Amino acid sequence: MPTTTRSLLALALALPLALTACGGGAGEPAGGGTSAEEAYEARPDTLQVYSAQHIEVTEAVAEAFTEETGIPTQVRDGQDSSMGHMIVQEGEASPADVFLTENSPAMTVVEREGLLAEVDQGTREQLREDLSPSSGLWVPIAARSTVLVYNPDLISEDELPTSMMDLADPEWAGKWGAAPGGADFQAIVAGMLAERGEEETRAWLESLAENAEVYQNNIATMKAVNAGEVPVGIMYHYYWYRDQAEAGEGSGNTRLHYFGGEDPGAFVSLSAGGVLASSDMPDEAQQFLEYVTGPKGQQALVDSGSMEYAVGEGVESDPALPPLDELEAPAVDPSALNSGTVIELMTDAGIL
Amino acid sequence: MAGPLAGPLPGAGRRTGLGPPPGAAPWPVALAAVLVAVLTVLPLLIVLPGALADGWAEAVDYLARPRIGKLVGNTGMLIAVTVPAAVVVGTLAAWLVERTALPAAGAWRALLLAPLAVPSFVSAYAWVTVAPGLTGFGGAALVTTLAYYPFVFLPVAALLRALDPGDEEVARSLGLSPTAAMVRTVLPRLRPALSGGALLVALHLLAEYGVLEMMRFQTFTTAIMQQYAVGFSDTAGSLLASVLVGLCLVALLLDLVARGRRRVARLGSGTQRRAVPHRLGAWTVPALAFLAALVGAALVVPVVTVVRWLLAGPGPAGLLDGDLLAVTLSTLGLAALGALAATLAAFPGAWLLNRRRSGLTLLLERVTFVASSLPGVVIGLALVTLAVTWVRPLYQTVWLVVLAYAILFLPRAMVSLRAGLAAAPPELSEAARSLGQGGPAVLVRVVLPLMAPAVRTGLVLVALAVSTELTATLLLAPTGMDTLALAFWREASQLDYAAAAPYAAVMIVLSVPLTLLLRRQILEEE
Repeated sequence: MPTTTRSLLALALALPLALTACGGGAGEPAGGGTSAEEAYEARPDTLQVYSAQHIEVTEAVAEAFTEETGIPTQVRDGQDSSMGHMIVQEGEASPADVFLTENSPAMTVVEREGLLAEVDQGTREQLREDLSPSSGLWVPIAARSTVLVYNPDLISEDELPTSMMDLADPEWAGKWGAAPGGADFQAIVAGMLAERGEEETRAWLESLAENAEVYQNNIATMKAVNAGEVPVGIMYHYYWYRDQAEAGEGSGNTRLHYFGGEDPGAFVSLSAGGVLASSDMPDEAQQFLEYVTGPKGQQALVDSGSMEYAVGEGVESDPALPPLDELEAPAVDPSALNSGTVIELMTDAGIL
Repeated sequence: MAGPLAGPLPGAGRRTGLGPPPGAAPWPVALAAVLVAVLTVLPLLIVLPGALADGWAEAVDYLARPRIGKLVGNTGMLIAVTVPAAVVVGTLAAWLVERTALPAAGAWRALLLAPLAVPSFVSAYAWVTVAPGLTGFGGAALVTTLAYYPFVFLPVAALLRALDPGDEEVARSLGLSPTAAMVRTVLPRLRPALSGGALLVALHLLAEYGVLEMMRFQTFTTAIMQQYAVGFSDTAGSLLASVLVGLCLVALLLDLVARGRRRVARLGSGTQRRAVPHRLGAWTVPALAFLAALVGAALVVPVVTVVRWLLAGPGPAGLLDGDLLAVTLSTLGLAALGALAATLAAFPGAWLLNRRRSGLTLLLERVTFVASSLPGVVIGLALVTLAVTWVRPLYQTVWLVVLAYAILFLPRAMVSLRAGLAAAPPELSEAARSLGQGGPAVLVRVVLPLMAPAVRTGLVLVALAVSTELTATLLLAPTGMDTLALAFWREASQLDYAAAAPYAAVMIVLSVPLTLLLRRQILEEE
């Protein structure tokens, strides 16, 4: 046995060593070939895309863009809020050329620091006019709607709340799930804050801290409702449609309820795209954004099966989705969404 | 996932031969050792002031919130249940395997160690899919106990195997029952092993993220990751990290008290005998049932679940095309760099401790160990701040990740190197010198060859720790870098269990050598 052990050990050790040796070794970062250092570092003449969007979607679009233009791209995957703050801390020295978010509040964090370049007029004109922020410093690249997912075995349709605000009532204690740690939920709260004001939002968050089952993310919330752990949950629509388009394993026992009526629960969140003012490839970065919001990029989004709403003028979203115009979303200026205050309120409420 | 895995193993740093030869440490070695120590305390020097960036009053306000109380409560409750559970389960299993006439004891020893090859977050993933209702505190305590009991089993089994049975026999001959004899003579000697194992479990619990996030049980570490998600590297994150540092120091202090100063090794001449195994009699069946249940829960459930999801996924063909291979290779590359860095960093300190023991070297040793018992999340957060604020060229490079690994896993390398230096006694170096060899030549021709097995062990220990590290890697990974742990975590947190399975499988396969290595450690205590 000791001999076997030893040779196994030797193998386990030799393998990584051999690999690094092939790759240029630890001591020679500037060596030829693809050393570990080179493979991981921001390459010059490569468009750096910081993306908090779903990585598969971003990578699909970035690949299509590179194929069309010959401009190489490299995608850094992250989460909305940390990535927004990361760009702020990096400041002028940020390697990022383009920033794509899942929700727009992370983009306004960067916008308020004055780190964004104005988006080309041509790019803005490709988009539905009603969705873009007034500042012109970033553009929507996709949209997603807030929904209530419910389990008909546990709750009948006429027992559902008429407003998302109703979930604050004590009768809903322990009966609803949400993922308040995530950027998606924080965007919904930002919408509520813009529309209903600080006091009402604070009270609602306090009841959330008290009453809601907290999940890791939207998918976990949906699966919990599907499994009968809680009767209803707050999430975005597209996770449900995506699951239905596959085997429906995580959503087969559930249905969606759209609040409509300009309720905070009908909030439509925008995924955002912006160009960094500090970009050393500003033309290419603008070109990228133009592509993402143009017919090809938007079609790539629809075809990727992400089930988010396309926001390009004249591009049809997946036919399985209820039309964006019929959702009766509350009218909120996306530039007004304040994630800083949302985090403060959630911290005060003891959620974060 | 942080913490010195092999830290408190008994006998690991034992010196052989005579006392150290007199003379001061050569200054390059001393300087290198001091530099390493400074590097390892760097995270503390960054995180603590960072926490007070908004002033004391703000910090106190933040920490006085009910939410912090809840986090303290949750973290404390988990430690209060899992540490004793792991100690009891691990000790009982070790005693059954090493001191009783258990059928197929050798096979049980291997099986009981094998859960070490399963990263704890993979174990959680398995349990979440097998028993979806098992979340919150219960699930968290169960999975962490199953994942961490080997940290107790390993040192206790090694010690039980090495302990001279003489005292126990004397106690029996004086009329004590077998149980009483064991409680009175064996248990006290297990104290260092038990408290060392308990310390490891506690430190791992403080650092644990994957299991607890999956089980929806919030502790300081999950809260720090959440703060990072909403604020990148802000004051709130540093404040929580400082509290976590405090909790780690408390754990280290408790260990110091619990360990005691009693001597474990046997005195006197002659050869030591193996203890005569206790007959289990009617207890054979319950004992086997207990071990089977333990192995089933800690090993069979994760492995079967991973295989089941593998089969439900894209199939063997799909495994190889995707980026599984690329991710595996980059993980191995990082593991190699991390292992080299940690081992090189450990060398000066290990040499000084072995050859020029003094107040200063002891202090250096303590400092390194304290700093390295910090959770990966704290190191990660500190290095993000360091790089963004002061050393921008390091930011988002693989070198920063490697630095984090070196700090985190230095003790693993240190423990192995010290054992190796003990195998290359100074007398041999003296002899070489007397034959006219210079210092460096002695090192290369005499010391290094004798140390080779220990160096290898250290490298493997660090490499394996790196290949499953999650939190520091999550915070520091450069653009475009992916590791098995990151890829697994990404898929598993989307609840796409089939897509996560291949990464879990590779991590388990890569970790098998660790288990074999540690098994040898028990056997070699003889």
